[in-house]
Amino acid sequence: MTMLEIARGPAMQVSILIMVGGIGWRLAGILLLRRRPQRAAPRHGFVRRICGGLSAILSRFIPRRTFRRGTAVSVVLSAVFHLGLAVVLFGGAPHILLIRQITGLTWPGLPKGIVVMASGLTLASMIALLVRRMTHPVLRLLSTVDDYLSWLVVFLPVFTGILLSGETIGGYATLLSLHILSVELLLVWLPFGKLMHGLLVFAGRGAMGVTFARKGAAT
Amino acid sequence: MDDNETMGAMLARRGFGRRGLLKFAIAMTSSLALPPSVAPVMAASLARARRQSVIWLSFQECTGCLETLLRSPSPTISSLIFDFISLDYQETLMAAAGSAAEQTLREAVAAGKGEYLLAIDGSIPVRDGGVYSMTGGRSNVSMLETIAADAKAVLAIGTCAAFGGIPKAYPNPTGAVAVEDLVAGKPVVNIPGCPPVPEVLSGVLAYFISFGALPALDDRRRPLAYFGTTIHDQCYRRPFYDQGKFAKSFDDDGARQGWCLFELGCKGPTTHNACASLKWNGGTSFPVESGHGCIGCSEPDFWDAGSFYTPLAGATLPGWRNAAIAASVGLVGGAAAALSGRRKTAPKPEKTP
Ligand code: SF4
Repeated sequence: MTMLEIARGPAMQVSILIMVGGIGWRLAGILLLRRRPQRAAPRHGFVRRICGGLSAILSRFIPRRTFRRGTAVSVVLSAVFHLGLAVVLFGGAPHILLIRQITGLTWPGLPKGIVVMASGLTLASMIALLVRRMTHPVLRLLSTVDDYLSWLVVFLPVFTGILLSGETIGGYATLLSLHILSVELLLVWLPFGKLMHGLLVFAGRGAMGVTFARKGAAT
Repeated sequence: MDDNETMGAMLARRGFGRRGLLKFAIAMTSSLALPPSVAPVMAASLARARRQSVIWLSFQECTGCLETLLRSPSPTISSLIFDFISLDYQETLMAAAGSAAEQTLREAVAAGKGEYLLAIDGSIPVRDGGVYSMTGGRSNVSMLETIAADAKAVLAIGTCAAFGGIPKAYPNPTGAVAVEDLVAGKPVVNIPGCPPVPEVLSGVLAYFISFGALPALDDRRRPLAYFGTTIHDQCYRRPFYDQGKFAKSFDDDGARQGWCLFELGCKGPTTHNACASLKWNGGTSFPVESGHGCIGCSEPDFWDAGSFYTPLAGATLPGWRNAAIAASVGLVGGAAAALSGRRKTAPKPEKTP
């Protein structure tokens, strides 16, 4: 069995099963969290609470004016990173093929040049974010192994993806294997660290918005 | 043909003059990625060269490799290279059969000891003492061992000889192996392909006849000049790949406009061969040009590497049933952990005033 066959076959299967099991584990844990009883009478009804949830989902995209200056660098870098990653993930033809294989959904891919450019921007923003994390005194203090590990498992697929697109070093098969294996590492780590926010971010914001709206707080 | 006749004399007899030989040498040096200054040297060496003895053994094979090398569309000098070698033993082509053929083989080996090239097509079955392929009561393994011992070099022609090919495909009932798995201490050149491109063999032979050595090989012992790049690197559909324009089915609009066949399972990006540059049938076309993706036939284990029609980006997924089991295990485990955590951190009952 070649490295590519292992990467596309058993390694892919095992990593997906670990990811699915891990997501189940995390969801069960979240759903069974002890909730403090709500003793106050709700300020708003069902519809206003749902609106509060939706508003929280959207409003968190824009930083608060008070913090704008202090967080501008992180916000811009994070935005570049997330948008770049989305372009690569949902615009790259090979990625769309894999999504089609899993879900049956498909859409036209972007030209390779655009995807490579987006990968470059993503990579650059990730390096800048890491440098910032390691040099900013407060951020460095707050950072845990999870932060660095999550950074690494996202960085590797982006990096190997760029190498693959240019077929720079090593053959296509070797680079493709490394790229797939790095994605599998990401899948395995996804449910267990902060990368899980990729799945929970909107649910989390929504739930918080609903709670705020129930209490009559601004969302 | 007289065994002492030089290649120059033979070509002259066939109507190819000095200029023709030089043109051939230029084409060969460029296809072998040699500097242009080598062409006159190669032409001169070829003109002086005497016939090279070749012993060709066919093991577990389908004769497709031999067919493709023999069925050259026109008498080019490239095909005359095959006429120029002294094919001293080839079971399919020779008139002799049975014990006469065995005698021919013994004589050819004795006469060319240490000088002949040994060409092999087909893989070698080693299971159960090699009984699954025998010639004249001898197993392929035993023939290879003894005849390779006196060869100057060994050419493994076709994917079966080079990497085991289809006989080695799962479950490999005969225990088929490649030539290089059994031959030690001799230079081995792999010329894979199912079948291999004839011009690659003529290039290797021309090089060997001219310089008495083998051309540069890659880490899989393939001639670097022909296998150094992938089909994808030289494919004329590559601009469409880079633009993200892919045919979705074999007869859609994109396919008719010559768009890339990646989504239809083309294995060009992982396949090393010269099909896209040398092409087939006298330079007419190659599979991708005819509208079908490359199936990767010159790569090891290509038969077991999944469907020809699964894109390289695709994967073998675990299936919904296994995913559901994994999710259930995760949910139950997570719930158990959460409940035990809750029990440990249960708040004290609130005191009522
Ligand atoms: S048709 Fe195949 S070899 Fe040609 S560019 Fe597309 S993927 Fe590459």
